[in-house]
Amino acid sequence: MNKPRFRWHILVFLAPAVIVYTAVMIFPLFNTLRLALYSRIDQERVFVGLENFRTLFFDPIWAEQFWNALGNNFWFFVIHMLVQNPIGIALAALLSHPRLRFAALYRSAIFIPTILSFVIVGFAWKLILSPIWGIAPTMLDWVGLKSLFAPWLGKEEYALTTLALVSVWQFVGIPMMLIYAALLTIPEEILEAGEVDGITGMSAFWKIKLPLILPSIGIISILTFVGNFNAFDLIYAAQGALAGPDFSTDILGTFMYRTFFGFQLQLGDPHMGSAIAGAMFAIILIGVCIYLFGIQTRMRRYQL
Amino acid sequence: MTRKAFTLAMMTTAFVAPSAFAQDATLTIESWRNDDLTLWQDQIIPAFEAANPGIKVNFTPSAPAEYNAVLNSKLGAGSAGDLITCRPFDASLALYEAGHLTDLSDLDAMSNFSNVAKSAWQTDDGSATFCVPMASVIHGFIYNKEAFEEVGVEVPTTEAEFFAALDAFKEDGSYIPMAMGTNDQWEAATMGYNNIGPNYWKGEEGRLALISGEQKLTDEAWTAPYATLARWGAYLGDGYEAQTYPDSQNIFTLGRAAIYPAGSWEVSGFNNLADFEMGAFKPPVQAAGDTCYISDHTDIGIGMNAASENAEAAKTFLAWVASPEFAEIFANALPGFFPLSSAPVDITDPLAAEFVSWRDECESTIRSTYQILSRGTPNLENDTWGASVAAIKGTSSPEELGEELQTGLASWYAPQQ
Repeated sequence: MNKPRFRWHILVFLAPAVIVYTAVMIFPLFNTLRLALYSRIDQERVFVGLENFRTLFFDPIWAEQFWNALGNNFWFFVIHMLVQNPIGIALAALLSHPRLRFAALYRSAIFIPTILSFVIVGFAWKLILSPIWGIAPTMLDWVGLKSLFAPWLGKEEYALTTLALVSVWQFVGIPMMLIYAALLTIPEEILEAGEVDGITGMSAFWKIKLPLILPSIGIISILTFVGNFNAFDLIYAAQGALAGPDFSTDILGTFMYRTFFGFQLQLGDPHMGSAIAGAMFAIILIGVCIYLFGIQTRMRRYQL
Repeated sequence: MTRKAFTLAMMTTAFVAPSAFAQDATLTIESWRNDDLTLWQDQIIPAFEAANPGIKVNFTPSAPAEYNAVLNSKLGAGSAGDLITCRPFDASLALYEAGHLTDLSDLDAMSNFSNVAKSAWQTDDGSATFCVPMASVIHGFIYNKEAFEEVGVEVPTTEAEFFAALDAFKEDGSYIPMAMGTNDQWEAATMGYNNIGPNYWKGEEGRLALISGEQKLTDEAWTAPYATLARWGAYLGDGYEAQTYPDSQNIFTLGRAAIYPAGSWEVSGFNNLADFEMGAFKPPVQAAGDTCYISDHTDIGIGMNAASENAEAAKTFLAWVASPEFAEIFANALPGFFPLSSAPVDITDPLAAEFVSWRDECESTIRSTYQILSRGTPNLENDTWGASVAAIKGTSSPEELGEELQTGLASWYAPQQ
């Protein structure tokens, strides 16, 4: 019997992707985790084990900043889950309505902000909400609600929520598109069969369509989670690295940036910065695992 | 295309390299002041080259935000220029300690500078100076002269007069009394706290006492400026909480505000933008006749790359930067950035001249948080930004702020423990 030939072509075809991915993703990731185990003492890089993590979680000064950033991050995520995804689903349901006119126009208009740069979005909204030149106070004035206007981005109690809503505005197109695609795959026959049984209108959505798009909603939730816990750009563009006012918009990304690269007189500390990056990685990993093993595997799927 | 450029580069190197062995030398300056590129190319460098034939100078700035990172990697790779523009305090001190900057203490021209001027580029014990002080910025208030005439307000010299003036503008209603926002945070600390503060902590006396641990941030001298800042909130424009630095600049130069808490670096920009006459007054003192203190903050220095192959030529250049001739050119080409040498300099721009005239009447100091005290975690400078904003908004009392800053500083700074 012939020994089966070693199939070289598999290696050859895998190589480019593996090499590129390792060089630009896997190696930097592990190197960052490794960097977190060192510290610089008197111009010398010293191995300190988990000391940086101990400082991050238990030193009162660091811990306060860390938990503040983590708490803000959760709030940022909660707003997205409560506002962005339901609105995305509702928009998709409306768009998939067969008798809606100009559906393509609405779809593009809502999706366009997603492709804009964070810098443009941050700057544009800063101008819109500016108490001095902004159009938000003027427009509220037209309808006689000027008294409702506040310098939202400058108030500790509103700034984070405002920025989360700006981010929702920017990204609501993503869940909308994914759900829209999922809704289009639902065969007419099922809906017609439901109609025969007397399920029409809203109850068709709740009883037939929603269960069928649940897996897509799951994917969107996990994308939102990963995206939000990696967020940085919008806060940095709108509020700067100190994430003002008084760190009320500080999330893990800005906290990591400030620590790693330094800011103004604060010199950069790559080792503590890596420790924060490591913590972010762990948080996202745990979140994704909970979803994959706790939710995804138990979700009921329907053969269409 | 690329190849052609590469060949060209090789050829140029081939031609330039032998000349380096002769008397001629080409010096390259690293800097973050890309705004000043034309000034260097058209005025400073020609003046130097005319006086020192045989030495050529290239000014190669990078973007301010990237400068520290770019410089560090160039120094690490050994490709940095001969002369290095120095940021004040710890950023440059770190370069000196890593062996990238030469000790310049024995440069004769160093005697042209006061100790305050040199403090930004010295080791903590003052034994070595590694950059020649080039320029400083002075804090104060710029005001709209036409607005003051219209409303009939005198230029204030004491704190009571200052708040009386603000009240008058508020009552009149046609101008925002003072243009400043708290969105970007640093103005509150830099143009607020460190602007009016030196009058409370008596300039250098208080600043050095804080470094030595004799005074604490909870002392009256250090919390009182927060109490004064707390009164500012009422005179800033509507929605000042979300007002950014460029917003404030625009509000003032459009003539909508009467007073602008400023640094002298605004002078050339404001001269171009404002079409009304401006004046400047120094931070008001508590009672008439008190000694006044101003923040005359050391901002730019220039040092020598320890790995430079043109050490002699570089020293010649540094000696020239320390001379009155350079001071004269620099001060007039860049009004608002003042040379630090002790020799008197004629400044023609009236607004800049007003700022610099305070040096004769008042005691100079630098920003309290910059030397040594912002070295640890938490960073005192960053915390001061937050504290100044909190004071203006009234979210914390001055005593609470002092307590908070002191706890943070004492957590890592031994003399304060």
